[in-house]
Amino acid sequence: MSLRVEDLTVYYQTLRGDVRALENATFSLADGEIMGMAGESGCGKTTLSNSLILLTPPMRYIKGRVVLDGQELPVSDIDGMNRYRFKEISVVPQYAMNAMNPTRKIGKMAEELLRSRGIDAHRVLPELKRRLDLVELDQDVLKMYPIELSGGMKQRMVMVLSTLMNPSLLLADEITSALDVSTQKAVAEMLVGFRDHKIVKSIIVITHDISILYQIADSILIMYAGQLAEKGPTETVIHSPRHPYTKLLITSLPKVGAKHDVTQLEGIPGKPPLLLDPPEGCRFRERCPVAFEKCVEVPPFLELDPDHFVACWKEIESNA
Amino acid sequence: MLKFDHVSKTYRVGTFGGKLLHAVNDVCLEVNDGEVVSLIGESGSGKSTIGKMILRLISITAGSITFNERDVSTLKGRDLKEYYREVQGVFQDPFSSYNPISKADRVFNIIRSNFYPGMDDRDWNERLHRSLEAVGMNPRHVMDKYPHQLSGGQLQRFLIARALLLDIQFLVADEIISMLDASTRIDVLNLLADLKERGLAILFITHDLSLGYYISENAAILYRGCIVEMGQTEKIYDNPIHPYTRMLMEAVPRLDRKWEGAKADLKAKQPNLSAGCVYYERCPMVDKTDDCRMMRPVLHEAEKEHFVACWRNGSS
Repeated sequence: MSLRVEDLTVYYQTLRGDVRALENATFSLADGEIMGMAGESGCGKTTLSNSLILLTPPMRYIKGRVVLDGQELPVSDIDGMNRYRFKEISVVPQYAMNAMNPTRKIGKMAEELLRSRGIDAHRVLPELKRRLDLVELDQDVLKMYPIELSGGMKQRMVMVLSTLMNPSLLLADEITSALDVSTQKAVAEMLVGFRDHKIVKSIIVITHDISILYQIADSILIMYAGQLAEKGPTETVIHSPRHPYTKLLITSLPKVGAKHDVTQLEGIPGKPPLLLDPPEGCRFRERCPVAFEKCVEVPPFLELDPDHFVACWKEIESNA
Repeated sequence: MLKFDHVSKTYRVGTFGGKLLHAVNDVCLEVNDGEVVSLIGESGSGKSTIGKMILRLISITAGSITFNERDVSTLKGRDLKEYYREVQGVFQDPFSSYNPISKADRVFNIIRSNFYPGMDDRDWNERLHRSLEAVGMNPRHVMDKYPHQLSGGQLQRFLIARALLLDIQFLVADEIISMLDASTRIDVLNLLADLKERGLAILFITHDLSLGYYISENAAILYRGCIVEMGQTEKIYDNPIHPYTRMLMEAVPRLDRKWEGAKADLKAKQPNLSAGCVYYERCPMVDKTDDCRMMRPVLHEAEKEHFVACWRNGSS
């Protein structure tokens, strides 16, 4: 098991009180697993990913532990995490296309980055060039400024830089959202390639686009309003989901072949609760078509089938 | 109703404006009453430029756009205002369409002061409620709120309601649901379909093929400013002919099929050829000819109501 997250709870501090953005997240990631994380905006996907690598104010650590390859990460210790960042756990941030310094040539920037981490850039250079080949970038990009690269090229460049130290865990936050469909496919397949070439051990892919996850992920974690709703193997979550939110979410996606005048799709009525003062119990309760009295208590995230976790009282009862 | 006749938009680029960039290249397109036409293309294909030219936000370099037989580009003063009564647009990012420091319903007041200065309060309120109800919102829940108090889907529906206050016949919907969450997306999409039932014509600009399929009866695939394939939506989706369309269909992630076979194509986009097929550099077909390189293919009817611009597939 490469990653184990237990009971992780992180709030945002605001003047009006704590925003309870992530509560009691408990899940694990197997070696070589690509886990997709999906949910609506504001559901806590990025909070979860940031808590694993850069838990800075206004984020506030409440409780929980994170264990990577048998070692507990000091996630709440900003400086203490420096030992692990980039080397053990790395991130391709959201809007990675803007993550590069526009005033430096890319090679120069890479050098500065490595030096800041105490790594001899010249020793790593041959490997850097080999990795560029892997993502089909020309070695000349090192002599170019970021502005000279297209969006897809920048994205691939950042992926190469992020994974240069062969981290155990890679967090990829919305890395394909801003790309064209053809580039999107290539970048997503490269991510799988990084795993297959054992450059990274496991990957968490965050996106709001579930159809991308269906293509590349081994397992999918669905979040709703700061709580984990469902986790399971990709096929199971897509084709036989058990949490009512997942079910509604998947049926609301337009598919090629679905036409308005033939089959009218429906959205999910209502909107997610505000996390400043969220309702007690299951946070999907108000929008849920099958909610009942029991739902005022927080449902546990239980393994109802092997590797299939669901946080829903209805499903837990029907399983019993 | 709306007709594009060989419309082009050319920008001067480069240090001294010495190079030309053809953002939209010789586009002919027609949208009829009560029809939804999807304009599908990747970033940089010129799809938004087309929308903005219709709304007169960008001028036309060559060709003409006519709306109900009138040339759009020559409208001035009162005529232009009348044009905006009938043609309106909604754009991608609902959050940046509002002024965050004033209340969201200010967009309605602006319409009132510009287009209905003489209307009394009772008539106006009735009109406003009708159009809010038409977009499925309860006025009591959404009026008198700041933009941050409303969700992206609600703000987007507000903008559509704003357009409906005028007696519009034509709506330019430019990527209006790409920033919305999956659960609210489909509501806005269904709303557009309802408006279409009532006779509104819509140009639905998107990069998402499945959305285009869901809502439109006709579609046009745009690549680098040129329409490479157009016609009935089903025909294009069931039988894509142009190699670019085929590549798009392969690459779009779907829930009922996994990616397979051909590796995605990563070649950097080449500068515009002055002549020849716009897709020449990236085209994977093995039997490309000199024609492809030298002559721009024209749209040709490959089957009934299905047009393709490709020398290897029917253009003659």
